[in-house]
Amino acid sequence: MAVNLDGPAVELRESRLGTITGYDGDAAHLLSRRDIPNRERSFTQCGSCGADQVMNMLSQIQDAAVVEHGPAGCAGDIPMRNGVFRLGNKRMDYPVHNVKYINTNLNEQDTIFGGIAKLERAIREAYRRFQPKAIFVTTTCASAIIGDDVPSVCNELEEELGIPVIATACEGFRTNIWATGFDSASHSILRKIVKPPQRKQPDLINVISFEHRHVYDSVFAQLGLRPNHIVPLSSIDQLEHISEAAATVQYCETLGSYLAGGLEQHFGVPEVKAPAPFGIKATDELLREIGRMFHKEEEVEKVILSEKEKIAADLERLRSRLQGKRAFIGAGGPLAYSIMALIKDLGMELAGTCVWHHDQKYDNDDERINFLRFGVGEYGNFRVGVCNKQSFEVVNAIHKCQPDVAITRHVSTVWAAKLGVPSMFAGNHPTEMLYDGLIRFGQSIDDVISNPVYIKNIAKHSKLPYTDWWLKQATYSFLGGENNV
Amino acid sequence: MSEMIIQAPRHACTLGGQQTVVAIERAIPILHAGPGCGAKLHRGLSVAGGYQGAGYAGGDAMPCTNMIEKDVVFGGVDKLKSVIEGTLKVMDGDFFVVLTGCTSDIIGDDVGEVVGAFREQGIPIVYAETGGFKGDAYKGHDLVLRAIIEQYLKPAEKKEKGLVNVFASVPRHDPFWEGDLNEIKKLLAGIGLKANILFGHNSGGIKALDAIPAAEFNLVVSPYIGLGAAQLLQEKFDTPYFHYPVLPVGGTETSKFLRAVAEFADVLTPAAEAFITEKENEFYHYMVRAADLLTEYQLNQPKRFYNINDASYALAFSKFMVNELGFFPVHQFITEDVPEEYRSPVASYFQELAPGISSDVTFEQDGGVINETVRSRKTVTPPLVLASSWELDLAKEISGLQLSVGLPIIDRLILHRNYAGYTGGLNLVEDIYSRLLSKSRE
Repeated sequence: MAVNLDGPAVELRESRLGTITGYDGDAAHLLSRRDIPNRERSFTQCGSCGADQVMNMLSQIQDAAVVEHGPAGCAGDIPMRNGVFRLGNKRMDYPVHNVKYINTNLNEQDTIFGGIAKLERAIREAYRRFQPKAIFVTTTCASAIIGDDVPSVCNELEEELGIPVIATACEGFRTNIWATGFDSASHSILRKIVKPPQRKQPDLINVISFEHRHVYDSVFAQLGLRPNHIVPLSSIDQLEHISEAAATVQYCETLGSYLAGGLEQHFGVPEVKAPAPFGIKATDELLREIGRMFHKEEEVEKVILSEKEKIAADLERLRSRLQGKRAFIGAGGPLAYSIMALIKDLGMELAGTCVWHHDQKYDNDDERINFLRFGVGEYGNFRVGVCNKQSFEVVNAIHKCQPDVAITRHVSTVWAAKLGVPSMFAGNHPTEMLYDGLIRFGQSIDDVISNPVYIKNIAKHSKLPYTDWWLKQATYSFLGGENNV
Repeated sequence: MSEMIIQAPRHACTLGGQQTVVAIERAIPILHAGPGCGAKLHRGLSVAGGYQGAGYAGGDAMPCTNMIEKDVVFGGVDKLKSVIEGTLKVMDGDFFVVLTGCTSDIIGDDVGEVVGAFREQGIPIVYAETGGFKGDAYKGHDLVLRAIIEQYLKPAEKKEKGLVNVFASVPRHDPFWEGDLNEIKKLLAGIGLKANILFGHNSGGIKALDAIPAAEFNLVVSPYIGLGAAQLLQEKFDTPYFHYPVLPVGGTETSKFLRAVAEFADVLTPAAEAFITEKENEFYHYMVRAADLLTEYQLNQPKRFYNINDASYALAFSKFMVNELGFFPVHQFITEDVPEEYRSPVASYFQELAPGISSDVTFEQDGGVINETVRSRKTVTPPLVLASSWELDLAKEISGLQLSVGLPIIDRLILHRNYAGYTGGLNLVEDIYSRLLSKSRE
């Protein structure tokens, strides 16, 4: 089994999925092997860490608490996570409240004598203050290097408090592939929260996503399916029962590969084996697969027809406006490939890509969920740069290809604007998915492109922090190792 | 304070000193730290500080060694050297500051040696050991200032009459730093002094740093932050300093502040007096205009206030609320890790805010404890809660009026807004009562 639920630490993506963060070659080559070696950089800018992405999921659970065992700076992500959490609840009309989070505030003395006593106190306080249904205890570089035995404390307090107290190993130095944080969070949920199914719910389908819970709304109601959105904004009770769903669907294997893999391999909930629903062809494919799994083939065909009919006029209008425009895409592994499909469906050209990491396989090892294979098959080969969110490479790439629009995620959209290129945020997923998503996405691009005055002004009054020398170099000239094809 | 845990985190860690570097024009921070540190701190201090943006070379533009397991085992010195070399080619900067994180400080990388070798080649580069476990980002700010003073600054050929280095708001940490520093600069210009504010738009970058030793004196405008730097500058360059503990907000305090500075600098001329009077009158012109609203009670106006903020703003706003608006203090919470030696002087500044009006102060980094303390106190009328976005729910619970004026501020966009000075007082009045009005009318 690919997903191994023993112990508090998840197996890293490097070994599990052959994940790489440095590559400069074409997509077909990337698909031709599964053992492409990673290429390291000799110059790097700030990346991200697993502990950050762990919070992206765990801090967003309604009635769980998170205790982060580390110095207070490790909580730097928490104020904005709180913002996302509050907005998510507001948007769904759920009660709005702050995240249930405590940091152990490790100090100099603790790095010498250990911080276990403080951790115990923080866990007890989290229990007293928040009355949570579960407490996730996450590790950091400092707590791991000083060797605090977090799992033992968790086990002791789990017994004392009578709720799951879950050690989640995610110290930042373990890996530069920060998406591993999603796996660490999923690992803890699968290992300690999800219960064996009491009764299967044949119309229930798990949807792995972020805070926006209207994903798939436009089609699931028509098909009589009940979406079970996980993990952000879920309750512990809800997560305990995700094993009872008839299937799991997601929109990005970076986020959900491990959770979907664990649900299939350990709890018998199959993942929908189809590309994520970005663009018309992938959406057709995914809905048909759902139709097969839920024995609703005919209903699905009707939905496909009527949904396509609904967007036909808008699609034609947008295509006529966007035809031949060139887009640069900077996003995580499969999401960048998914956005490529949207671009092509809108009649646009792909000007360049920077992909934050590339997984050479997924936890459910099935090529039908590999969007890159699907994309290359349907839309043709293209050039891929894997750059681990290195903004100097992204800026260099955008500067070189001079696109009409830069679509980025994680790396700030502002850098493209400072180059005078209209830019927009990618991955606001409900905006982009399914048939109606294609229209919303195309409209956003059209809006961004059609009045570039603000962007041009930004560029006119900005100086990028890069030398002219750098902007003239090949984008991936700091990559070591052997050249890719 | 080893037992202190933190709910509702605000002031991050020592490595937050990266923000001080980003605020120096064309300066480049280089992090020798884990892969997530820079991104988290940028979000916690810049983004959650009223959406300040990446600046010139902040956010994901900051070079970083992204230390991983093999660096923990074998040391990260070679990687640091390689990243500094890359930085000098790729990044267009005038000044470079290497900041270390927990990982480097715990495993004991000799960063001083690496950086020293670059400095010997004539590169303007310094380093600060800012491992996050050493304290909060205010401490990081102090460590960065010390690094610049100790490792970079050279004695000036001669002092420049009227030139003043200003140590007040902590840049890119205090959400209102840029507006405040520029306001102080304008005010000092009004009394004939030339302020070297060091940080932000048009502050001069490396030239401003170079000018530090030439100043006639250093001005510290805060209860204690910046004092360490001023004392070090006195030791090193024989520059005297003037410590004014209250960040002045509004008419009374700003005039008091300007007269005190002018007297210290011996520039209390008739022209300076005329400037002070003119600005003070302008301030009160608008305060009088506000009185039609402020003296009526249809909107259930608050009359009592809490501050949940850093020492500087908690004190500044307490003075303002009591002296300019006639409010009463309930209790003030100081949210940063104030060094032990400054706690009692800081608390004493809250005594006699006005004749017969004092406030108790609690030094508390843990938002959970603050919440419980506030909940346990009953106020007769709904209080004003001058706090952060963390306190939106707390204020609702106690039917208070909340305004986010301290980190984290995720419900406001802050660009050049200032609370310091005469205009700062007017801004605060506008913000408090606009919040009240919008809540009443929506």
